[in-house]
Amino acid sequence: MHDLYLIARQLWVVWLLIVFVLIAWWAFRPKNKKRFEQDSRIIFDDDPPKDR
Amino acid sequence: MSWFWDKHKIFETKLPVLAVGTLITVSIGGIVQIVPLFTIESTIERVEGVRPYSPLELAGRGIYLREGCYNCHSQMIRTFRDEVDRYGHYSLAAESMYDHPFQWGSKRTGPDLARIGGKYSNQWHQAHLTDPRSVVSGSIMPPYRFLNDDPLDFDAAAHMRTQVEVGVPYTDAMIENAAVDLRTQAANVDDENLEGLLERYPNAWHGDSDGTDEVTEMDALVAYLQILGRMVDFTDVRPEELVQ
Amino acid sequence: MAVALPVAAPVAWTRVGPLEDMVRPFVLASVFWGIVAFAAGTYIAWELAFPALNLDLPWTTFGRLRPLHTSAAIFAFGGNALIGTSLYVVQRTTKAPLFGGRTMASFIFWGYQIFIVMAAVGYVTGVTQGKEYAEPEWYADLWLAVIWIAYLIAFGGTIMRRKEPHIYVANWFYLAFIITIAMLHIVNNLAIPVSLTGPESYPVFAGVQSAMVQWWYGHNAVGFFLTAGFLGMMYYFIPKQAERPVYSYRLSIIHFWSLIFIYIWAGPHHLHYTALPDWAQVLGATFSIMLWMPSWGGMINGLMTLSGAWDKLRTDPVLRFMVVSVAFYGMATFEGPLMSIRQVNALSHYTDWTIGHVHSGALGWVAFITFGAIYHLFPRVYGRRDLYSSRFVEYHFWTATLGIVLYISSMWVSGIMQGLMWRAYDENGFLQYAFIETVEAMHPFYIIRALGGVLFLLGGLIMVYNLYRTAKGEKRAERALAETFAPQPAAAE
Repeated sequence: MHDLYLIARQLWVVWLLIVFVLIAWWAFRPKNKKRFEQDSRIIFDDDPPKDR
Repeated sequence: MSWFWDKHKIFETKLPVLAVGTLITVSIGGIVQIVPLFTIESTIERVEGVRPYSPLELAGRGIYLREGCYNCHSQMIRTFRDEVDRYGHYSLAAESMYDHPFQWGSKRTGPDLARIGGKYSNQWHQAHLTDPRSVVSGSIMPPYRFLNDDPLDFDAAAHMRTQVEVGVPYTDAMIENAAVDLRTQAANVDDENLEGLLERYPNAWHGDSDGTDEVTEMDALVAYLQILGRMVDFTDVRPEELVQ
Repeated sequence: MAVALPVAAPVAWTRVGPLEDMVRPFVLASVFWGIVAFAAGTYIAWELAFPALNLDLPWTTFGRLRPLHTSAAIFAFGGNALIGTSLYVVQRTTKAPLFGGRTMASFIFWGYQIFIVMAAVGYVTGVTQGKEYAEPEWYADLWLAVIWIAYLIAFGGTIMRRKEPHIYVANWFYLAFIITIAMLHIVNNLAIPVSLTGPESYPVFAGVQSAMVQWWYGHNAVGFFLTAGFLGMMYYFIPKQAERPVYSYRLSIIHFWSLIFIYIWAGPHHLHYTALPDWAQVLGATFSIMLWMPSWGGMINGLMTLSGAWDKLRTDPVLRFMVVSVAFYGMATFEGPLMSIRQVNALSHYTDWTIGHVHSGALGWVAFITFGAIYHLFPRVYGRRDLYSSRFVEYHFWTATLGIVLYISSMWVSGIMQGLMWRAYDENGFLQYAFIETVEAMHPFYIIRALGGVLFLLGGLIMVYNLYRTAKGEKRAERALAETFAPQPAAAE
């Protein structure tokens, strides 16, 4: 049980590292540059929220 | 790989996905660190002597929590030479196995209390809690004079039944005798009630603390302090025996 | 040129949005509880220097007032600021009105204040679970769970009906804060009441498990309440006040995922060399050190937002509050991983060093970013053009900064000194100092620390006055900071 848990833990680390690298890749991919720059300007688009 | 980017986009456009992704991400650490503590048997060592608190000790423990003693006192001796020299044998997980919740503390504005039991008399504790600077001149501890005046209001049996629900092994006999045990421990007596108390709760420190017949909060708190660190007899414990 | 110009960058948008006035009570509550927290903290700091101030009464002892101070600071001051700003930011960045509208906002507001009062009354009367930062008893915990779910629904519901396709990153941080706090709160407070008519209960976990769960909770109260939530604040208010987008939006995404993943593992560093199994301690220390990277990634992202506009720091004290808060965040998140290294922790644990560390985060980061955010949004939610006085913001800034410096430097010295005294041996191999000697050695530093607290409180009161006059719609006649600092006033003509 303990051994199984240790192996599982090691695998998780590897698996999560892959996920992290994928997220980083996605965030810094040149293709996404422009849209993220647009997203960062959302806060300057200051129309007051409309009531229902 | 374009499937990945398409899939990934839903993180920042679909709230439920972001929420569930976040929940999974923040759950992993807790699961890996907490769950094994319940399943790995070596987490808590096998030592003789750890027992549930007697009714009076349990009441005293409640006062210890109520007054926030844990804000300034730890109950966890770390595995360093100076701490062992100053306070005694380093603390074992087993020693707090019936502490709901643990009182290991995080700050030593005052000294560690994990093994304070038996080091001072009841009278010293009573004087110290009533007016700390009358006994220790440089102390910055608040005075707890009011503990002498407040009669103990504690439904021991009800508390013990709740403790059973969270896993503390109080027996029916312990719960039945709760009220008698509580009074006996706070009195200077030597009768069959005391025998019963010591049979149910070995090493219980008995005797009056506040100089009155009434059972006060002072009696309870002192009884609790006096059992701290005294359940396990460390004179014949060898380190290799602690490993399970 | 007799008329003073508006001090900060001109506020173009002064109309209060239809549902933004609901942010007002949260801001007021945050300021009110902030003063309570600073005052309580200062008072108990004096108690440690002069124990007669415990007054020989049950409800004024350090043991009962310290939870009042920590809860007032974290949950009342910080919590109201987080809820208030999150409702403001989510409406602004989604262009949607709050889900549930005014009724929901009022329910969350009053429900949360009731929780705070329930908890506070409990502390002074001795009702507590005896777990640091989780002192409220079962009935208050249950009530908070209800309020928190309502808050999640309001926040999430607003995002669900947004008009903007992308969810702005500040909302990610706020969302992670709300979800994780819900999880931590529920698990750590699992308890069985002794009686349904009495306040007492016993937590289901005991001993080592209780310790692990508690510090998993405790450290992530820091990680998600005091960090993730306030990072949400940072990602909105700093770019907004600086009038330039965040330095790297892409870095903010990395920041988010790595921070929330790594933080949750760091709890066991509170339990080094204790009876917690070694594997858990090592795991906790490893992740705590790794945490340095996302923390500094976030700090750099916040600070570099100013790149090319550093001159604004001279003329805009509100922005200065925000930027200095990020600098303190960087300092505290460097110190934290350092203190989580087992060998360093051996010295620092149980001492005032920890207290100083917490306060460089709580005063320098949490309180300063909150002050900045409050100064930014207060005129906006009250429909005022500007703050009453920028000079007063400036005075607040310097008073509070000096207070923090006194606080953390005195705690560094006293903490390290105390740690060294505890482990000192004389030439005969005996412990050199009795415990009480280490207590007596703390006295001068406790006084310096308390003076730091007085200054911080004083700064808070300056803010109260400034906000009060702002709410009344007044403007102080004062020379604008821009004028004082303009290199060549004549050249501006």
